[in-house]
Amino acid sequence: MAGDNFGMQTAAGHLTVAAESKEPYTAEQLAGLDADAAQVIARYPQKRSALLPLLHLVQSVDGYVTGRGIDWCADKLDLSTAEVSGVATFYTQYKRHPNGEYTVGVCTNTLCAIMGGDQIFDEVSEHLGIGHDETTPDGKVTLERIECNAACDYAPVVMANWEFFDNQTPESTKALVDDLRAGKDVKPSRGPNKVCTFKQVSRVLAGFNDGLADEGVGAGPASLAGLEVAHEHGWTAPKAPKADSTKADDESADNKSSDNKSADAKTDAKADAKTEAKATGDAKAPGRHTSGNAAANDPDEKPTAQGTLFDDGAEGKGKEGKA
Amino acid sequence: MSTQLTPILTDFWDDPQSWTLATYEKHEGYQGLKKALGMKPEDLVQMTKDSGLRGRGGAGFPTGMKWGFLPPPDGGPRYLVVNADESEPGTCKDIPLMMAAPQFLIEGVAITSFAIGCNHAFIYLRGEVVHVYRRLLRAVEEAYAAGYLGKNILGSGFDLDVTVHAGAGAYICGEETALLDSLEGRRGQPRLKPPFPAVAGLYARPTVVNNVESIASVPPILLHGADWFTEMGTEKSQGFGIFSLSGHVKNPGQYEAPLGITLRELLDMAGGMRDPNKKLKFWTPGGSSTPLFTDEHLDIPLDFESVAAAGSMLGTRALQIFDETTCVVRAVDRWTDFYKHESCGKCTPCREGTWWLKQILGRLEHGQGDEEDLEKLLDVCDNILGRSFCALGDGATSPITSSIQYFRDEYLKHLELGHCPFDVRESTLFHKDRVTA
Ligand SMILES: Cc1cc2nc3c(=O)[nH]c(=O)nc-3n(C[C@H](O)[C@H](O)[C@H](O)COP(=O)(O)O)c2cc1C
Ligand code: SF4
Ligand code: FES
Repeated sequence: MAGDNFGMQTAAGHLTVAAESKEPYTAEQLAGLDADAAQVIARYPQKRSALLPLLHLVQSVDGYVTGRGIDWCADKLDLSTAEVSGVATFYTQYKRHPNGEYTVGVCTNTLCAIMGGDQIFDEVSEHLGIGHDETTPDGKVTLERIECNAACDYAPVVMANWEFFDNQTPESTKALVDDLRAGKDVKPSRGPNKVCTFKQVSRVLAGFNDGLADEGVGAGPASLAGLEVAHEHGWTAPKAPKADSTKADDESADNKSSDNKSADAKTDAKADAKTEAKATGDAKAPGRHTSGNAAANDPDEKPTAQGTLFDDGAEGKGKEGKA
Repeated sequence: MSTQLTPILTDFWDDPQSWTLATYEKHEGYQGLKKALGMKPEDLVQMTKDSGLRGRGGAGFPTGMKWGFLPPPDGGPRYLVVNADESEPGTCKDIPLMMAAPQFLIEGVAITSFAIGCNHAFIYLRGEVVHVYRRLLRAVEEAYAAGYLGKNILGSGFDLDVTVHAGAGAYICGEETALLDSLEGRRGQPRLKPPFPAVAGLYARPTVVNNVESIASVPPILLHGADWFTEMGTEKSQGFGIFSLSGHVKNPGQYEAPLGITLRELLDMAGGMRDPNKKLKFWTPGGSSTPLFTDEHLDIPLDFESVAAAGSMLGTRALQIFDETTCVVRAVDRWTDFYKHESCGKCTPCREGTWWLKQILGRLEHGQGDEEDLEKLLDVCDNILGRSFCALGDGATSPITSSIQYFRDEYLKHLELGHCPFDVRESTLFHKDRVTA
């Protein structure tokens, strides 16, 4: 992203690539790439959409975005090499220099950092003798600071080749990188039975399923925290009206009969899931509102002093407000 | 506690093979689609409007209304694009949903596509979650094999293809127009609106962009009825949502509840603060882009209106909880680093502003600079908020202005001491374990 890691970029913003990365693909490599590219391109109505997966595919062969990879993408999609490298430099997952067999990313966004991510990064960095986006001399591990990886309930989080390692400590992460360097199999907290190599994972990210989806857990302990509380208390969602849900055609004529059903539902719901306190609360009491989408239901109520966070703008008021 | 949890999307996540089609079918899977295919598309849109479902991706825009914005069919393609980029700091609900029960999303995609007249839908998943991508690819394969996707679905004559697309690491691609540019194979930078995606979205065709949880909520609503959904929640914020608790709580995780539940209730359910002797200091109601709350706000109902009235936003219900061991300046400095790093660079207020905010916060956290820096921060924020091209810039100012509002003294304390008053070790997960071990 527009960041400070443009080590491989010229002042004019062009991606400079090492000469050896321009070495042409062998006939065999090219045949494989071309066959894969045909499949990727076929997934989209317009072929330029295949560019992100094709760059992942280049990384699956070369281990990073090479000069020859850029040329190849440009050729496949009728783009200029400048257009391709413009895209490649925008996204953090595309590597501009040879990457280790394993990318180990420590989340140092605020929540993880505070829960220990900063110490993990510092200790692992010292342990390996490398900093952010650097690779161990044996070519095994590239260390990175990463942003929030949507696993904050498992903080502090470490990703190894984009598999989840939850609730890490400096010790557990040092053990993890040691195992990876020693060539031992390592198993993520939530993921397949073992972490695949960077190249293998890059191929999956290009949309080629490796058949490992059925390995690993469905949900980790934190994902189940609320469900367990619900089980303990015997809480369930309100019961649905006892409608004949397989009968589709009476749906639109349902307005009349739904009164009965929803009367049931209301009783059920109160009995099962709502307590007196909630139900007798003031304006916040749950209830049925046929006016769900009436004009009064202003979709984007926001603090007046605030801007238009997450503005869909679909109602067309966003930009005027800003001007 | 008065409100109870309502497991719906999370209901069978503890099943040993929760992600498979077989498990999903045991839990009413695809009954909604069967029902939908016998209905008129416009009735599906109306039902979604009646349910009051509002977007779960942050803005809370009414989902049915958004679908209704598509122009009448002109014979050309119309697209559904699911926003599965989940990268807002603190937000961690869509990823576990797609890991544990991806079929909810696939069925929702099928129903929504039928409702809006789309024959090719896309799921744009952030690239940094490879196992979730495997699960989605597998879920789509299984759905095709069972005849829930593909040609002539369940004999209805309706055709639908679904492409699951992996991004490559960029927060801004969660902004819906940047996402569309990215999906078209470009740098992910927001587009000028109008035209809105409903009119000219993917490949300049009419497009609906919805969050994962919004679309996954469609099958249960359709199956049980709009009334069932509106039974839950509050008058203007209907239904249920997944609340994600993280940080200094005993049992962080996903809690599915009616909108309008309070943090006090959720904290009770989550076993309270991680260390009962440490007080709640500040929290985000909906991710780092929503202004901070403090322990004064424990009883604010977590619905769109109440949170807004209290000066923040419900956002993505990403409740990041910090106790009194946490330095608020450090937290805000790190979030600012994030916005600086993720600013796409398209517009000047955000690109330059986030860089300067980071410089100033960095020195304040280390006890350098002076009191005037606080005014400078507010001044820069003032120049970003409402003047940026997209909401990323606005979001960058939220933690700063709210933290200065509630914790000005703590900023001053840094200056007074010439360093941060906190010991960073005390706030870590393993510090507690080491102490109690
Ligand atoms: C910087 C930025 C990041 C965003 N990230 C996401 C995201 O990761 N997931 C998401 O669903 N919406 C995200 N949004 C909101 C989307 O622009 C859009 O409002 C949403 O996908 C619409 O879906 P919904 O109506 O179902 O909520 C983001 C917005 C901004 C400005
Ligand atoms: S506000 Fe920031 S992220 Fe949004 S367009 Fe401007 S520079 Fe890009
Ligand atoms: S802050 Fe680390 S996963 Fe969210």
